[in-house]
Amino acid sequence: MSERTLYDKVWDRHRVATLPNGQDQLFVSLHLIHEVTSPQAFSMLSERGLDVAYPDRTVAVADHIAPTTVEGRERPLADETAETMLATIEENVAAAGITYYGLDSSEQGITHVVAPELGLTQPGMVVACGDSHTATHGALGAIGIGIGTSQIRDVFASGCIAAEKRAVRRVDLEGDVDEWVSAKDLMLRLLADLGVDGGVGFVYEYGGSAVERLDVEERLALCNMSIEGGARSGYVEPDETTVEYLRGREHVPHGEAFEALAEDWLSFASDDDAVYDDHVTVDVDGLAPMVTWGTNPGQAVEITEPVPDPATLPPGDREAAADAIDHVGVTPGESMQGTPVDVAFIGTCTNGRVSDFERAARVLEGRTVHPDVRALAVPGSQRVKRELEASGVADVFVDAGWEWRESGCSLCIGMNGDVIYDDELCVSASNRNYVGRQGSKQGRTVLASPATVAAAAVEGELVDVREVVG
Amino acid sequence: MTDGATVPTVTHVSGRGVPIRGDDIDTDQILPARFLKETTFEAMGEYAFHDQRRDDDGAIHGDHPLDRHPDGEVLVVNDNFGCGSSREHAPQALQRWGVDGIVGESFAEIFHDNCTSLGIPVATAPHDTIARLQEYVEANPETVVELDVENERVSYDDTVVEVTISDSMREALVEGRWDTTELLRSNMESVERVHESLSPTQR
Ligand code: SF4
Repeated sequence: MSERTLYDKVWDRHRVATLPNGQDQLFVSLHLIHEVTSPQAFSMLSERGLDVAYPDRTVAVADHIAPTTVEGRERPLADETAETMLATIEENVAAAGITYYGLDSSEQGITHVVAPELGLTQPGMVVACGDSHTATHGALGAIGIGIGTSQIRDVFASGCIAAEKRAVRRVDLEGDVDEWVSAKDLMLRLLADLGVDGGVGFVYEYGGSAVERLDVEERLALCNMSIEGGARSGYVEPDETTVEYLRGREHVPHGEAFEALAEDWLSFASDDDAVYDDHVTVDVDGLAPMVTWGTNPGQAVEITEPVPDPATLPPGDREAAADAIDHVGVTPGESMQGTPVDVAFIGTCTNGRVSDFERAARVLEGRTVHPDVRALAVPGSQRVKRELEASGVADVFVDAGWEWRESGCSLCIGMNGDVIYDDELCVSASNRNYVGRQGSKQGRTVLASPATVAAAAVEGELVDVREVVG
Repeated sequence: MTDGATVPTVTHVSGRGVPIRGDDIDTDQILPARFLKETTFEAMGEYAFHDQRRDDDGAIHGDHPLDRHPDGEVLVVNDNFGCGSSREHAPQALQRWGVDGIVGESFAEIFHDNCTSLGIPVATAPHDTIARLQEYVEANPETVVELDVENERVSYDDTVVEVTISDSMREALVEGRWDTTELLRSNMESVERVHESLSPTQR
């Protein structure tokens, strides 16, 4: 078992007891909830006549079903089931006394975007949310754990979850990469190398020269996709970059209290003599931008590489690869470059932050969206949207022909009416390319970084972004 | 379940088998995201594998294993079943459709934990064991597959095979402790001590 890693330290600080079944009872320092997975948990709670034990450690948002147009957000929502969801969470949070960033809040946005940017997520915390991308919060040196509805009920009722400690795998990403190669590309490389179930049973501690250089927004993108590799949590140890990111944010203290807290945060970093259960090093030196060619996030290649021939893959992966190739309509042996694109999407809890749009804007500057492409920019939060509007980045998108929207999950999951149609191919800065994910059974999703999405929007086909800007 | 009610033990489940072949069957396949919009789990059973069971015009085509084995209660699946999102709607849909237990090569973790919370045992076995079981129930749909949770065994007709159930799940099911809420609430004093020791989040 691991010792003296951040994971061990955070776990020890939050462990309440060992349960009779051998699991640990773990206190949750921050419980994030949203409109889709919480209503059933609230009803289970009231069926038992129980109250929310720690409302001050619970924060709610509306994100999955949030319409992304101003008119669409008028109440009641046109979609009746969505309206019911909103009305339900509004009643529940009001009764429980929980802070809620609803559709009309200036802080509304995707949970995993809002909590870090408000400084709610802090190093050394256990963050739980009824959402599989809760690992995102690991970017700040917290342990993010995605939970199901019965566990949400547990946190409501007791402030805790019953959890089993995982093994810790140190993942070092080593090497120098080009400025147009982002955390998303690093992560797709890792997923392609270790597979979509390579991390089952593990928590990932990301490190190495390529990770240390990343700013917090990039680290958020990296940790976000831990679950795509099968790891329930993933984190980066807190350092000066983390402290500077949090300084001045809404929910952190100021002045001396901040300095004292910062010292505590840094102490969560793994000790030099920490013991890991496993260690993997991935060479990312000179990595090219990555794209997926299939229907899971591990089916990815560098844009300059050919799509693999299923026959060359490990026997267990062949059938799925052949089905994926058939669904997406790509050709083994040829690169993804030149694949026509119908829709381009930038946003989500992976790549919907300020720096994601800024980098894409540098690609879009002075260029326009290809006439055959529908391009959608959906900031991860209203705060991200405001900042980009103030700095002029929003204008670059609008001038290039993008639809500039209100914040929400949008086309990541297609629950709010933003969907792709028929067999459209969408190049997307999101995290999942499962069949049907974006709202159409025949639809096709290619995962890529925001810069690669922007370049594809301009060219109307998948391209190496370095050639477009170069 | 109301406060104080006893939680049933789950020592074994049995029923006809349903072979669902394929690795990495994700939660979007098991329960498409658009059905997440309902605020209760009641209707979820109808939506299990919704899109794969229907033609483009919405009619059930009948080729999906759930429709070929409509009385099935024990799913037999392959590698990394239930990967993808944390939605408890997926195991809820399977349970409400009639699934009492799942045997497979491996399971995604959140899916596994969600099954524990619902009292659905999930057992793992090597690839060849699963492949033989899938072929057998395919050829003999009337066969009853019995999953002995306590002793980690699956039996069907004359065959008995060893399976693995995680210690925490087995304990929880066999001892009737899979409803964690009561368990966690019995330690509220210690919870409060940990709470007090942590810095507040909202200022
Ligand atoms: S943006 Fe996508 S992945 Fe992230 S929380 Fe929303 S639906 Fe989930």
